[in-house]
Amino acid sequence: MIQVRANVRLCEGFANCLVAAPDLFDLDDEDKVIILQDELDETERSRVEEAIRSCPVSALTIAGA
Amino acid sequence: MTKRVVIVGSGIGGIRTAQGLRSAGFAGEVIVAGEEPDLPYDRPPLSKAYLAGQDGTEAVALISQADAAAVGITLRLGASAERIRPEEKSLVFDNGEVLPYDVCVVATGAAARPTPWNKLDGVHVLRSLADSQALRDQLRARREVAVIGGGFIGSEVAATARKLGLKVTVIDPLPLPLERTLGATVAQLITELHHRNGVTTLFGAGVDSIDHSGTQLNLRLSTGTTLTTDAVVLGIGAIPNDGWLAGSGLPVSNGLLCDEFCRVQGRDDIFAVGDVARWYNPRYDGHVRVEHWTNAVEQARCVAHNITHSDQLVPYAAIEYVWTDHYDWKVQVAGRPTHDAVATEAVVGDFTGPRPRGAVLYGDSSGALCGAVTVNWPRAIAACRQALAAHTPYAEALQGVTGTRR
Repeated sequence: MIQVRANVRLCEGFANCLVAAPDLFDLDDEDKVIILQDELDETERSRVEEAIRSCPVSALTIAGA
Repeated sequence: MTKRVVIVGSGIGGIRTAQGLRSAGFAGEVIVAGEEPDLPYDRPPLSKAYLAGQDGTEAVALISQADAAAVGITLRLGASAERIRPEEKSLVFDNGEVLPYDVCVVATGAAARPTPWNKLDGVHVLRSLADSQALRDQLRARREVAVIGGGFIGSEVAATARKLGLKVTVIDPLPLPLERTLGATVAQLITELHHRNGVTTLFGAGVDSIDHSGTQLNLRLSTGTTLTTDAVVLGIGAIPNDGWLAGSGLPVSNGLLCDEFCRVQGRDDIFAVGDVARWYNPRYDGHVRVEHWTNAVEQARCVAHNITHSDQLVPYAAIEYVWTDHYDWKVQVAGRPTHDAVATEAVVGDFTGPRPRGAVLYGDSSGALCGAVTVNWPRAIAACRQALAAHTPYAEALQGVTGTRR
């Protein structure tokens, strides 16, 4: 399983993650990223990696990676 | 069978293509050939936090040697590609080396438009890490700076230089230079923001000549006045790095011409990504070239997919997205707010209070949303980007943004 971690201190609300994967990411009332699914299947890895790499401030990581 | 992909260019488009190939399961060799000896770095901070001295070099790193090696990406830095030989499927570098490829990705980016005036000490451009380092040192040592060009780069440099305490003047021949990218409404607000922060703008003024007396630079303006300053920054646009492709037979016209799959026209083994690519965007039924960070990232993802899935090619129908930071304003732009097709405009929120937060939405004559500009309102731009992708009507998108809690 894949776990995505967000560093909300870094998040500036670019919203690239949720444009790349709207089922996985959203912005909260403070305009900070929220992760919509705690665990993701390994088959999602490629899509998750691409969404993570679309963040201009590297606020997202895969746990253990 | 693709065994080796060579990516020419180590900026964001090149690095993301290399990483994307691995994410897409490509098992062959991936080589990124970068002209600069520096480890690959990210450009947006070079006119913002890095220039201000808040960020160090580690904060702008795109990938380390160790991280590249861990996923089997070879970084080949410090040699410039001089020629491509499409028929032999090889690249020739300025150190004489010849590198064969099975698939080549051109990701050579763009360069700062060079000075049309005298080349003088104290006149800077801002594109590379070295440019930003040099300018950062200058801004620390000087008291005054003149910025020629009031677009994104010039305007961001002006805001950064003001924060560092310099006396700043921005000169541009246009009456409202940011209007080209942000539309008149937000362009005017940012001009006023500059003024409130103490920046002088000389818009509608051209620069006839630059010369120096001692350590000072004298700018003769088309308005008849002369401006004396310590340093000059040119922010007069960028030109695609496509000159090295001349004579290769590849179709170059202000960028490398590509089809909707980002393959160079007439080739299935050469792709282009980022600032250098002029590709057919099916969304707009025309060829476009986009110099935005997010475009390079999204295009890289598409190119990596298309290299690894030649039987399931995906067209690249991108929607523009770019941001710019000025003082405490984060400005975000989606779609085409300044396109000729804009027929209607709506302003939501409050740009003038103590906590400015607002959006301007643009619709075309068919009733579709065609662009949006927001200030300090990420959820609004996110909603607009999703609305643009879904072809949501303007009225409905406006309702959605108005209903987003502020």
